[in-house]
Amino acid sequence: MLNISKMISQVNTFLIELGDLSYFTTRFFKESFKFPFETKELLRQCYNMGNRSLLLVGITCFIIGLVLDLQTRPTLMEFGAASWMPSMVSISIVREIGPIITALVCAGRIGSGIGAELGSMRVTEQIDAMEVSGTNPFKYLVVTRVLAVTLMLPLLVIIGDAIALFGSFLVENLKGNVSFTLYFNQVFEAIEFGDIFPATIKSFFFGLAIGIVGCYKGYYCAKGTEGVGKAANSAVVISSLLLFIIDFMAVFVTDIFYDL
Amino acid sequence: MSEITNILNKNIVLEIKDLYKSFGDNDVLNGFNMKLYQGENLVIMGKSGSGKSVMIKCLVGLIEADSGSITVMQNDITKLTQEALDILRADIGFLFQGSALYDSMTVRENLEFPLRRHKKKMSVNLNTEDLVMEALTNVGLAHTVDLMPSELSGGMKRRVALARTLILQPKIILYDEPTSGLDPITAKEIIILMQDIQKKYNTSSLIITHDVDCARVISDRMLLLIDGIDYAVGSYEELSNSEDSKIKAFFKH
Repeated sequence: MLNISKMISQVNTFLIELGDLSYFTTRFFKESFKFPFETKELLRQCYNMGNRSLLLVGITCFIIGLVLDLQTRPTLMEFGAASWMPSMVSISIVREIGPIITALVCAGRIGSGIGAELGSMRVTEQIDAMEVSGTNPFKYLVVTRVLAVTLMLPLLVIIGDAIALFGSFLVENLKGNVSFTLYFNQVFEAIEFGDIFPATIKSFFFGLAIGIVGCYKGYYCAKGTEGVGKAANSAVVISSLLLFIIDFMAVFVTDIFYDL
Repeated sequence: MSEITNILNKNIVLEIKDLYKSFGDNDVLNGFNMKLYQGENLVIMGKSGSGKSVMIKCLVGLIEADSGSITVMQNDITKLTQEALDILRADIGFLFQGSALYDSMTVRENLEFPLRRHKKKMSVNLNTEDLVMEALTNVGLAHTVDLMPSELSGGMKRRVALARTLILQPKIILYDEPTSGLDPITAKEIIILMQDIQKKYNTSSLIITHDVDCARVISDRMLLLIDGIDYAVGSYEELSNSEDSKIKAFFKH
């Protein structure tokens, strides 16, 4: 009996949180189109999030490209299909691995950063000070950050994809003596618009999810340093989970279009 | 006594009537009343958790009261639109307990921030740089203009926060624990600074503090917030000589 009441309470809390998150998201869209636009702050956030995540995304994607090629190569060689490597690797990276790995790295790097930054601003009354000065803190802090992640993530995905493909090329070059021109000719022959377009759209939604969750957790952070830690932590956990849900939905929807 | 009479003859710039606020089962304010007159320093004292900070945040619309009216310069802020409230906020300075400086911005950017929204309303024909330097000079910290808040001491942060409050030349300044966490010498410097500002700009100040020395030096009148109501109002001398045990508790050293 106690377990049932506990479960009901947990479901209740979850639904309230979901409602609050939906309201927060709606408010984001409403405020995004209201004048005045915080263009300078938006550009600053784009620079911060894009530029500062580039190295981490680059290293991660480079290693993923290397590993993917190293692990797939022996299997394809068994079937005498080593020449398919560039096509296989490029489709895997562009369609799935590139966007999801980049998004997960950004959820850890950017999502936690936003959660902690806004959380500490809430705890130290900086958000209140902003409101008292007549500035809309939601617009200045939340809208700019969410837009910045949403815009920067697809760019990071494209760069990450290119770096991952370069990693794969290095393995092919060292192990199979494949030239740069040959490798990338095969890559561009294999990749179609239908691979790039859904992946890019998906990346926008990944960015939106990371930004919304990070900002929501930070903006409504509980008082105290413990609250800041929890905000950063739950921003990463929830946005990572959301990324997989969005990914599944995106693949599902893309499949429907392919079938048509 | 005559000083208080003089103050009470001046215009009321801020008035709270029957303010109620509760958080769940916790009734914080139970019909709180208060008046702030033009040019006076009103000190509010109360125990921790007595609702002082909640009351001061209700005053600027950061917390919505359950019921009651808050009139700031003839505007009932509980009935104002967000736009009108933002405009009125230019006339109300707020010094936060922990200074609340934006730690990702330099001192200059911190001071420029309130001007983004309200500069057009400033009557003076000074550019932003002049306004920033004037505000910093007033608090004796012109040399810190390009420093980050993390490079400042606690007392300096409080003074920069005060400069940020002053930059819009508000008519009312709300101080939330202005001397808390500071050593006695720095606290005294802040009190002197508050007095100087009051004289220079003829502002009306509402000061929330636990610091009896601060209250003694700076207050024209004092109000004791006990059990969510305005329990006692009077001059420092009147209240400190009271026989009421609840009032006496505040003045024991």
